[in-house]
Amino acid sequence: TLPRYFLLCVNYFFYGETVTDYFFTLVQREEPLRILSKYHRFISFALYLTGFCMFVLSLVKKHYRLQFYMFGWTHVTLLIVVTQSHLIIHNLFEGMIWFIVPISCVICNDIMAYMFGFFFGRTPLIKLSPKKTWEGFIGGFFSTVLFGLLLSYVMSGYRCFTCPVEFNNDTNSFTVDCEPSELFQLQEYNIPVVLQSVVGWKTMRMYPFQIHSIALSTFASLIGPFGGFFASGFKRAFKIKDFANTIPGHGGIMDRFDCQYLMATFVNVYIASFIRGPNPSKLIQQFLTLRPDQQLHIFNTLKAHLVDRGVLGSLEDA
Amino acid sequence: QEVDLEERLHELDLRSDSDIPDVPPPTDSTPEILKRALSGLSARWKNWWIRGILSLAMISGFFLIIYLGSFMLMLLVLSIQVKCYHEIITIGYRVYHSYDLPWFRSLSWYFLLCVNYFFYGETVADYFATFVQRREQLQFLIRYHRFISFALYLTGFCMFVLSLVKKHYRLQFYMFAWTHVTLLITVTQSHLVIQNLFEGMIWFLVPISSVICNDITAYIFGFFFGRTPLIKLSPKKTWEGFIGGFFSTVIFGFIVSIHRILIEPKNDFVTECEPSELFQMKKYSVPPLLQAVVGWETVNMYPFQMHSFALSTFASLIGPFGGFFASGFKRAFKIKDFADTIPGHGGIMDRFDCQYLMATFVHVYITSFIRGPNPSKLLKQLLILQPEQQLSVYKTLKSHLVEKGILQPSLRG
Repeated sequence: TLPRYFLLCVNYFFYGETVTDYFFTLVQREEPLRILSKYHRFISFALYLTGFCMFVLSLVKKHYRLQFYMFGWTHVTLLIVVTQSHLIIHNLFEGMIWFIVPISCVICNDIMAYMFGFFFGRTPLIKLSPKKTWEGFIGGFFSTVLFGLLLSYVMSGYRCFTCPVEFNNDTNSFTVDCEPSELFQLQEYNIPVVLQSVVGWKTMRMYPFQIHSIALSTFASLIGPFGGFFASGFKRAFKIKDFANTIPGHGGIMDRFDCQYLMATFVNVYIASFIRGPNPSKLIQQFLTLRPDQQLHIFNTLKAHLVDRGVLGSLEDA
Repeated sequence: QEVDLEERLHELDLRSDSDIPDVPPPTDSTPEILKRALSGLSARWKNWWIRGILSLAMISGFFLIIYLGSFMLMLLVLSIQVKCYHEIITIGYRVYHSYDLPWFRSLSWYFLLCVNYFFYGETVADYFATFVQRREQLQFLIRYHRFISFALYLTGFCMFVLSLVKKHYRLQFYMFAWTHVTLLITVTQSHLVIQNLFEGMIWFLVPISSVICNDITAYIFGFFFGRTPLIKLSPKKTWEGFIGGFFSTVIFGFIVSIHRILIEPKNDFVTECEPSELFQMKKYSVPPLLQAVVGWETVNMYPFQMHSFALSTFASLIGPFGGFFASGFKRAFKIKDFADTIPGHGGIMDRFDCQYLMATFVHVYITSFIRGPNPSKLLKQLLILQPEQQLSVYKTLKSHLVEKGILQPSLRG
């Protein structure tokens, strides 16, 4: 039961961090939750340590190696599966579109690569997966980019997809309502001269998000498959045909999700690097734990910065 | 499903621990001088002397580097980390006969580089902030740091997949996992040690010395009074040593805290280093129980000494589990020591196995109970936000400060 205990610990840690960020005001209201969230890291660490000590105490003479393998195996699996499922949830909070588009791109790439391979496949791609072909790979790439562009176009128009998921403190429920950010407002783009003759238009109206979708679909088709190759190698190494028999015809759940994991991490890193900055409520939370002189210093610097940018009138008490 | 996996592993190659080839006996790396000086003694005392001399040498070396400053300490931590990583990976190679696997050595070093790059970018960039502000290229590296680190890691991942060779799949996957777990243990924690260092030298010195003290005093108490064995894994450890070590370490922690009030937190907003409340003497009332024993009613102590109590307790009660883990690991893979680097002691990892849990504990302790987040980092993040977000944050902060009386509402700020 030790692997299950570790799974519980890691999930507790991640859910606690997410809940603290997004349900901040709710958490502050309830006394037990507030304490749990203030000392969250310490509690999670203590829980983990308990598991660690139990492991050490459970070492049995002739089975040391096996036990260490299981320990290592558990940790690597936790790293892969649990961390990334939480990244997916973070992406979801950013906006449903950041959840739906990447996942659909990976699925689309799977299906289109299979179809292109089925009809046109000739040159094998990699020794690990003899059924994959270069024709499938390239065909899948172009179809996925196109699919991504179309899907983003359709979804960018709906607020329920593009708005960050927020917890409304008054109604105690999730709301998806906001002013669409610039990413989801149509803009005129100049078509490069090369394509003008082909397409016949001089400018095109697109959502900026569609440009990002190209990055996402490219990753899904070019690097995503490496997750699949990794899983194939793993299956060959341990001589299993499928991870399990949960889904008839497909194998286990892991078989369907092997490519998704790299994608989830990529989207998360992409969003953090290029789209949004840090989470404002988390920053406020951190601010409140500082000393008063530090708080004052930060406040004044921020104020000066805002005045500088003209966002705040210099003498207004906004 | 668990039972399935165990059976499968049994089938594959883990029928019994005896499958691992025995490691060749360690070479004797004691310097000639020592050997000649101790030639008259019996083997047991010779070993005792070698261990003793080397311990003193290591501790003096440690003091020397502390004297040289925090930058040297960072370098020391880094070199220890690399050496530990190297030791553990070498054991993996030996266990799996994987000397000849293509690319594997380079891939392990590459991953080490990636993870270090990521961590150093996150933590040390703050340390070199002024230097960095001046260079344009460095700004770019910092802004997109996570993305760059991730891209570097992915490259390694794809190289691994491309390097898979038909008959060696299983070995390669083992080594891949081994590499990652080792990275998790050695690299993450060495960075936690450095972050603790930034908090103030005392948060670096007291935990490390507590662990060393516990090691030494537990050994001494065990040597003189040891009778009841503690745990099957390490037959030499005894309950007497364990408890004696605990009390000595707590006392040691109290004493060291008084003398080592060298706090200079890096990146602190307060430019003149005024000792924070932790390091200002306070009067504590002695609990009635102890009043009879000690004879005082109140005692002047630094609040930090309370924290040192927590740190030394952890060092003596939980720290040894790190040592037991390492002992179990050595037995599982049939090695006597991690390496032969230090004569009489074994490898670097042998000396640092208890330190790892300690480093993480201190870090979690600091972030939970001592300080809040790093103010300059917080400010940096605030300045990246969108203007509308900044405005709403500004309003929230303002109302909070006014509420707490830190900011006068009528003043322009």
